[in-house]
Amino acid sequence: MTPDWDTLAEGDATPVRVEPPLTITDFVRYQGASGDLNPIHHDPEFARKAGYDGPFAVGMLSAGLLAAHVAEWLGPENIRKYRTRFSEQAWPGDVLTYGGRVTRKRREGDRRLVEVELSATRQTGGVHLRAWATFEL
Amino acid sequence: VKAGQRGEPFLICVEAGKVREFARAVRATARYGSDTPVSPPTFLMSAAHWAGAANAAWGTEPPSFERLLHGEQEFEFVGPPPRVGDRLIGQVRIDQIYTKHGRRGRMTFIETVTDFRRESTGELAATSRATLIEMGAPEEDGARP
Repeated sequence: MTPDWDTLAEGDATPVRVEPPLTITDFVRYQGASGDLNPIHHDPEFARKAGYDGPFAVGMLSAGLLAAHVAEWLGPENIRKYRTRFSEQAWPGDVLTYGGRVTRKRREGDRRLVEVELSATRQTGGVHLRAWATFEL
Repeated sequence: VKAGQRGEPFLICVEAGKVREFARAVRATARYGSDTPVSPPTFLMSAAHWAGAANAAWGTEPPSFERLLHGEQEFEFVGPPPRVGDRLIGQVRIDQIYTKHGRRGRMTFIETVTDFRRESTGELAATSRATLIEMGAPEEDGARP
């Protein structure tokens, strides 16, 4: 159920989602769907030549999962803005936790906007990415 | 590569199967492509399938993939996100380029902006902004990683 403007409060937590460990198969599926086939996310030799221990996670996979997760809460048709900033790389085997909170409710003319701050964190506590979303309710 | 450089415009047709495939790839639980009329929030990443070399902003000097990191990504929608059946015209431009120096040497930040306009009316439907970071050679002053 999409929460209602009146009951939603600044500081409210979003639903939290924990996903199974990341796999290279997840990266390949996302890369096929998005059309970004940078081999650094699935080709071990390419990744090593570029100076990494091996293939690392596609940031836009976690960013896309987090966006879809919060959009399922506040309504996929209601999203107006989504921004993500990547920090620590995530690796195959990582368990990421997705969630955040409502930071602001505001009116812009007759539009009712809700701002949400989000993150995807690794099992180490390290932040893989942060994100900010605006919904119109 | 210079600020202001543009790729040629390209057509994107938003299709149910592609929306569904993308939604599954980001492990969305809503029934995108059928019951949910709009596409997932980051769906416009898949515009890559519709763009060829001439549509890129780079011209003949693409940055090197091995040294390229994705720093930030933003989407802004005018109204709800694109829906199945939409026909959009995308065009990318290099908005700004700047350099910073960090632990891993020189970093060149390239910010690209893609406008997506409705084919029928020319109205703006969405904008995406990508910040790409090209890692340079380590600094010569010995600040190697």
